[in-house]
Amino acid sequence: MTHGQSEFDPEVLTRLTGAELLWATLVGEGVTEVFGYPGGAILPAYDALRKFPIRHILVRHEQGAAHMADGYARASGKVGVAIATSGPGATNLVTGIATAMMDSIPIVCITGQVSSKVLGTDAFQEIDITGITLPVTKHNFLVSRAEEIAPAIRAAFQIAQSGRPGPVLVDITKDAQQATAIFDFAGAKPRAYAPHPMLHCTDQKLHQAAELIRKAERPVILAGHGILQARAGEQVRNLAERMQIPIGMTLLGLGAFPASHPLNMGMMGMHGESWVNQAIQEADLLIACGMRFDDRVIGTPATYATKAKKIHIEIDPAEINKNIAVDVALVGDLREVLEQLLPLLPGRDGSAWLRLIEASKGTAAVRDIRNLPDSGHLYAAHVMHDLWRITEGRAIVATDVGQHQMWEAQYYHHDFPRTLITSGGLGTMGFALPAGIGAKFACPDREVWVIAGDGGFQMTASELATIAQEKLKINIAVINNGYLGMVRQWQEFFYERNYQSTPLVSPDFVKLADAHGIRGAAVRTRAELENVVNEARAHDGPFLINFMVEQEDSVYPMIPAGRALHEMIRRPDQNPLIETPQDS
Amino acid sequence: MLHTFVAYVEDKPGVLTRVASLFRRLNINIISLTVGRSERTGYSRMTIVAEASDQAGHRIRASLYKLEDVAEVDDISGISAVTRELALIKVAANAENRSGVFELAEVFRARIVDLAPESMMIEITGVESKIEGLIQVLNERENRVLEVCRSGKMTMRRGHHTSRVLRAMGVSAEPSPSDRESNESPSSEEPE
Repeated sequence: MTHGQSEFDPEVLTRLTGAELLWATLVGEGVTEVFGYPGGAILPAYDALRKFPIRHILVRHEQGAAHMADGYARASGKVGVAIATSGPGATNLVTGIATAMMDSIPIVCITGQVSSKVLGTDAFQEIDITGITLPVTKHNFLVSRAEEIAPAIRAAFQIAQSGRPGPVLVDITKDAQQATAIFDFAGAKPRAYAPHPMLHCTDQKLHQAAELIRKAERPVILAGHGILQARAGEQVRNLAERMQIPIGMTLLGLGAFPASHPLNMGMMGMHGESWVNQAIQEADLLIACGMRFDDRVIGTPATYATKAKKIHIEIDPAEINKNIAVDVALVGDLREVLEQLLPLLPGRDGSAWLRLIEASKGTAAVRDIRNLPDSGHLYAAHVMHDLWRITEGRAIVATDVGQHQMWEAQYYHHDFPRTLITSGGLGTMGFALPAGIGAKFACPDREVWVIAGDGGFQMTASELATIAQEKLKINIAVINNGYLGMVRQWQEFFYERNYQSTPLVSPDFVKLADAHGIRGAAVRTRAELENVVNEARAHDGPFLINFMVEQEDSVYPMIPAGRALHEMIRRPDQNPLIETPQDS
Repeated sequence: MLHTFVAYVEDKPGVLTRVASLFRRLNINIISLTVGRSERTGYSRMTIVAEASDQAGHRIRASLYKLEDVAEVDDISGISAVTRELALIKVAANAENRSGVFELAEVFRARIVDLAPESMMIEITGVESKIEGLIQVLNERENRVLEVCRSGKMTMRRGHHTSRVLRAMGVSAEPSPSDRESNESPSSEEPE
C-alpha cells in the first residue's frame, strides 16, 4: 500500500472508512500535527492514521492535548487539533476546551464515542461529551454516520476560525469510524460563512466615532486580543501614531502592539502599571479595540473611567454594553472598521496629554524592583527582566497562571505578535508546559520558553515526558517560591496572612527533569542567572531551570478585587523583604 | 421586563438544549417557550418569553445569534404583534353545575371539547390575560380546576399598518435600528 497524501486526491471520489475520512478531511484542511491520546472508541481512527501525512504527538493527559492545540493556535494563528477517546479521555479535554473558549482560541477537538447502537445505555466509557461541552464550545457535533464526518470536520474548522474564534468539538461514534462513505472533500464544504447579523458599523457611527476622537483631549486606546485575531496591528499603530494616542494593553493583547513603542504605556488592569490605570481614569475618551472590558481590567464598572466617552470596536455584538456601557459601538472586524475609520482622522497634536502621563509616572520607576540595589536576593521580576534581556525579547513565552504570569507580563516586553502564550480568561494553572509544546510545534524554529510557578508546573508536569519523547528544544523556567504565590499574596493582603494550604513542598525539579532525560540546573542568586540561561539556550535539547526566588514577594501594583482602578496598592518604597527576609 | 423573542432554529436534535442553556447560563428564567414547524423547510419556529432586565434584550438576541443552529432572531418585545395562547382546562363538573361552565365558556368564547360524568374540558385561545381571567373566574365559582395545560405564547408581527392605525391600537411602530440596539423600545400590552 502506498502511503502519503497522493493516495487521497481530493479531486477523486473514493470510498473510505469513516476513520480514513476523518484524517483525509484533516489533511484537506491543512492539518499537519494533532495532539492526542488513543483509547477504545477512537481506535479505528488511530488504526488509519499511518496512511496519512499527519504527525501525532502522544500526550500524557488529554488536558495537555487541548492546551497543546491551544498553544499551537495562539502561536501560529491556525487551528489546533486535539484528539481523545470517549469517556475520561473526552472529559479530560474539558479544562483545555474551556480555556480556549474564554480566550477565543480556534481549536478543533475530536473525540471517539461508543457505537451509535449503544448510545445512551451507559456503555463502557460512554459520556455525553457534547452535552458536557455545550457551554464551553462555540459549537459541537455528534456524528453517528460516516457520511457526516467530512462535513462536520469542515464545518468545525470554519466555525472555529470565523467571527470571534473558539473551540469546536466533534464527537464521532465508533461505528461511524468503521463504516464507509464516499470521500468528497469539495462536496463536504460547509455553507458559506454568514457574519453575525447584528454587526453594525454604519457611516453615521463611524463619523460619530471620528468626531469623538478628533475632539478628545485625553484619549486612550485599549488594545486587546482582538488585534491579534483580526491581524489589525498595523491599523492600530496607524491610529495611535496619527492621532498621537497612548495605548494601554490587556494581558492577552501584549505583543499586538510593540512594547517598546513610545505610545505604548504598558499593561492595564489589576496588575497594570499605575500610570496606565491613572491615564484610563483621567481619560476623556477610551477607544477599545478588540477587548471586552473584563473585570480584571475595569475594577468595578461604576468607578471605571467615569470622565470618558467610550468607543467599542468589537466583532461580537454580545459584548457591547455587557460590562461597560459605551457611547459608540462599531461592531465588526477590527481591521475593517479601523480601515474605514482612519481616513476620517486627519492627525492631531497629543503632546500635552502624553507629557501629563509621563509626569504621572513619578516615583514609579524608582520603586521598580529592577532599580533596587542588588541585595543578593533573587526576585522573580529579575528573572523575567533578565530573560527578556538575554533573549532580546524574541522568544515565544508560554506562561502559567499566578504571580509569575503577572511578572512576566510586566517585565518581559513583547514587541512581536503571538509571542506571549497565556491563559487569560479562565486562568488555567498547568497551561504553560503543554501550551509551550504546542507553540514549539507551530514555530519549530523559534526559541520557546515555558515559564511556570512551582504550583502550576506540577499540574501538568507529566508532559515533560512528551517533550522527551518528541525531542523538543524547549527551555523551562520554574519560578519556585515554595508557595501558591498569588493565593498567598491574597492571603497576605486580605486574609490576615493566614497562609492556609498555600505552602508547597515540591520535588527537586532538576532531578525530575533528569528522570526524563532532560538537562536541568538550579539558580539561587542573580549572579548565576545569566550563565545558566545561556547554557540552557545553547544546549541542544530541552533544559529546565529551577529558579529559587524570594518566597514572600508580591506582585505590585495591585488593584484589590472590586476596587476602582485608581485605588491600587503601589509598590512599596523599599521592599520590606530586604530588611526582614523572615516575615514575622 | 418581559422579553419576547421569535427564533428560527434548525430542526435537529439538541437545538432546544442550546437555546435553553443560553438562558440558564444567564440565570434567566424562561416563562414560556413554544416550538413548532415553520414555513421554512428544516426550520422550527420558537417563541420565547423571558423575564430579564430592560438592557438584557440586546445581549440575549446577540447571544442567540451566536448559536450555530439559530438562523434568525427577532426581539418583538413592545412591537406591534399578535399574541395567542391555547389552554386546555379540565374542571370538575357534574349534571348539576355543568350549565354554569357552559355559560362561562360562552362568555369567554371558549369551547367545551370533552364531557365526562365528573368533568369537562374547556379549550380557550387568546391572550394570556384572557386565559388567566377564565381560570380566575372558574376558581371563584368553585368549579374545581383539575388540570390546566397551556401552550405558552405564540407571537407573530403584524403586517404593515399606517402609523395612525398603530397609534389607535395603542402599540408602538417598528423601532428604528438605534432603538433596537439600546433596547429602549417601550413594552406595550397586546390589544384584544
